[in-house]
Parts: sequence; C-alpha cells; structure tokens
Amino acid sequence: MLKYELVVVGGGPAGLSAAVEAYEQGVRKILILERDKELGGILNQCIHNGFGLHRFKEELTGPEYSRRYIDMLDETTIEILKETMVLEISETKVVRAISAERGYMEIEAEAIVFSMGCRERTRGAIQLQGDRPSGVFTAGTAQRFINMEGYMPGKRVVILGSGDIGLIMARRMTLEGAKVEAVCELMPYSNGLTRNIVQCLEDYDIPLMLSHTVVKVHGKSRVEGVTIAKVDENLRPIPETFQRIDCDTVLLSVGLIPENEITQNAGIMVDTRTNGPKVGELRQTEMPGVFACGNVVHVHDLVDFVSEEGALSGLGVAKYLKGELETASNFTTANGDGIGYVVPQTVTMSNVDDQVTFYMRVRSVYDRHIVRAYQGDTLVAEKKERKFLPAEMVNFKIKKDVLANLGDGEIRFVVEEV
Amino acid sequence: MTKEMTCIVCPIGCQLTLEPQGDTFAVSGNKCPRGQKYAIEEMTAPKRVVTSTVAVDQGMYPVISVKTEAPVPKELIFEVMKDISKVMMPAPVVIGDVVIENVQGTGINVVATRNA
Repeated sequence: MLKYELVVVGGGPAGLSAAVEAYEQGVRKILILERDKELGGILNQCIHNGFGLHRFKEELTGPEYSRRYIDMLDETTIEILKETMVLEISETKVVRAISAERGYMEIEAEAIVFSMGCRERTRGAIQLQGDRPSGVFTAGTAQRFINMEGYMPGKRVVILGSGDIGLIMARRMTLEGAKVEAVCELMPYSNGLTRNIVQCLEDYDIPLMLSHTVVKVHGKSRVEGVTIAKVDENLRPIPETFQRIDCDTVLLSVGLIPENEITQNAGIMVDTRTNGPKVGELRQTEMPGVFACGNVVHVHDLVDFVSEEGALSGLGVAKYLKGELETASNFTTANGDGIGYVVPQTVTMSNVDDQVTFYMRVRSVYDRHIVRAYQGDTLVAEKKERKFLPAEMVNFKIKKDVLANLGDGEIRFVVEEV
Repeated sequence: MTKEMTCIVCPIGCQLTLEPQGDTFAVSGNKCPRGQKYAIEEMTAPKRVVTSTVAVDQGMYPVISVKTEAPVPKELIFEVMKDISKVMMPAPVVIGDVVIENVQGTGINVVATRNA
C-alpha cells in the first residue's frame, strides 16, 4: 500500500498552503490529491484581481495567486495526483481514492488534511419555482464557462443573490456584452463585499434590488423571463409587487456550503453553525491526525485567510507527527448575541504560539457596535470596526498572554452597542 | 461638500470621507496611503484594472485570463475589451507575457495571468 506522512484532500488554496507549511515544518512524505486536472481549485476561474493583499502584499488575480503556491510546491518533494477523486477515509486513516489512470487505490496516511472547499447552493436548494428551462446556472458555473471554457452562457441576465461571485459575474457578463437587468437580493443588505458592489454594479449602472427575490422562472426550452417581487419583513413575496423581467439567463449566487461528505462519512461531526467540522486552534478535528482548513471548515470571503488557515493546519500536522500536539483543550468558544459562529471551536493553549485569531460572522448589519469576548462576566478583549457586515468575516486576534490569565472554560463572543 | 465613498483598492473596503480643500480633497477613513490616492483619483479621473480572457491556440483550455498591468481610465474599459476580444495567443503562454502592448494608447500593457 502507498504510505505517506500526510495526505491532503483537495489542491485548492487551503490544501496548497497546508502542504507547503507542513513541508516547511519538516514533513517530507506528502501527497496532494486533486480531482481537477490542475491545482488551484476555484482560484483558476476567479480571474478578477484583489487576491493576495494580506498574504503577498500585492494585488493578484486568482490564477496568479494559485501559481505562487504551485511554484512553491515545485521547490519541494511534495507529490501530486491530479484527476483523482477521494471516495472515503477509513477509521485507521486509509484514504480510498480513484482515478482514470490508476484505478482504485488505498493510501495509508499518518495525518490527513481536509481541504475540499465548498459548493454553491443550487436552484433546488432554494426551491426556486416555475418552469425548468435551460439557462439557470449557479454564478460559479457561469464563471467557469466564461473564464476557463471560453463559452458565454447568455445575453440578458437576471442574478438572484448578491454574494461576491454573483457581483463579480454581473460585471464579467457586462464586459462580455451581456445586459444584466438586475441583481435581486432577498435580504435588506448585500451578502457581497462593499467593494464589489461599487466596482461591479455601480460602475456599470446595474440595479441592486434589495429585499427582492425571484418568485418564478418562465420559459419552455430556454429561460424567457422571471417574475420578481419585493419581500416583506418575514421575507415573504408581496403579491402586489410582482413584476416580470425578460431575460434568457438566471444566475444564482445564493450561498456556499462546505463540502463535507467525506468528513461525515469518516464519522466526524459537522457543526450546524458553520456546516464544517469543529476544529481547534491548529485546525485539528475530533479525529486524531485529521485536520481541516479553508472553506470546508467555514466559508471565507478572502483567500488570504484560507491560506492562513491552511498554514495553521500544516503546522498542526507537523506537531502531530512529532507527537507534540496537545489534545486536551482549555477553551471552547461560543457565539453569543449577534454572532453566527466562531472558529476555532476549541483552543489548546500549549499549541498556541503568540496569539489566536478567532474568525466569526455577525448575523446582521451593525453600525456603531463592537465585538467583545467574555468569559463569564469578565471582559477578555474587544474588536472595533467602523461597521460589521455579515458578508465580511470578523478577524478577532487575542494574544496568548491575555488568554493565559483566564481559567479554562468558555469564551463567548457577542456584538454590543458602543 | 463632504463626500463618502468605499475604497475599492483592496477587499478591506475602507469607508472614506472626502472634504474639499482648495483644488483637492482631504481624505479620512483610509487605513493605507493608497486609499487617499484612490479617493482623489476617483473624483478626478477614475481608473480600473480590467481583467478578462483571450483565446489561446493549443492550450489546456480554449481561453486564458489576462489583466491590464495597471488601472486604465474607466471610460476606456469597453474599448480595451474590444481589443482584448480580437486576440488569439499561440501556446505556450507564461504569466506576465504581454498580450497587447500599450492598449488604447494608455501606455499600459495587457498581460497573461495564467500559463497555457
């Protein structure tokens, strides 16, 4: 049987970063399994710029960002198997995978990193009513068609959902000559970065219709139009506001779900708040030797933080293989008022170097608010921002020496008025 | 008159406030110097980096991604797109290869952002 110290499941930004960091920490026998025909994951179709400002201090496009990591890999002895699909992981950390070239294979791993990323919610996931003609795509599918396959999926477009991919695609399709009639957003606020609303919609006079949804798709073989409606405070469509828009294409940008089938089949519980496995400060899961990072843990908005998380898991793997990874945790984290989730869910102090970055998302838009960390009634730390938006992940760093003053137990994060 | 805008230089998206000050503006709310430059440029001569794809002959995929090496004037975006749509690059292409020189007389090159 093939044997490796580390098997990385998925060669996108999280997996690449995990592998590179593990290698730098001295792990030598590493294998990356990637189902696509090249490394880089979703970055390869994200041809817009804005990647890498934190990580590389410059503004790169997606393919350029992934190339940086692939170049780093080329300097190492890390092995890569492309067009290889992982089927499952056994309790003894045997990775079962399949590829057209090699057939079925079993690989014994001392440690495993899950970096499978996430998937887009589809028409079925949001129970979009109406006919079922061709021309309804997830935004990411359209992105791949245009940016990689060189195929333009439509000319007159309505986009449902204002996630970043939807906004980016509104601009992309406009640049390629399509008319984007509207971006409808169910919520009273956008789920995309403000920057993308400015440079993707406002630059091209594309209307962003907040508190609006698509209630019906029309068309026999191809989309001919949609009926949109304003929604009330309970997010229910208001019949008096029904309005038809003619179009030939509907793009859905209605959320991402971490892809955790392999995780769950391995018997690792998925946290209902993140839809990813619960992880510790070095992204260790509840299964010893199994780590997870990137969008498979929780959906990020910036790849830079995916890489950061990948590096944490790479460091964790190295510690684990050396027998230096402490398992008993000191803290659990909890999402209090206004906070949807917190990652990591546990912290083990002896594994922490200098500080812990807690990633979290707020539940709605908060102006003039502050995020605070408490243990019981004791204020531990606070994080100021001009504005907190659900679309923008909060990055809350707490120094190790601050945490060291606390007794073991729960750290609760809440949004409070200033 | 005071003006508010969101900086788009990077994904942080700082909220900028501009106060007119003689011929120029006093900018606040920016976390880095690029915010100041962006805000004033946005008021006087807005620019954007254009990213797109060009056809490639004999590559792994039918197209490769490209970008303008620097931001180009906003009003030239669609002209730049027209030029980009006419290009066919023969493989191999390496990141950074010039696809169009001095696009639309801007002095800025369109370059490849992926290998083919």
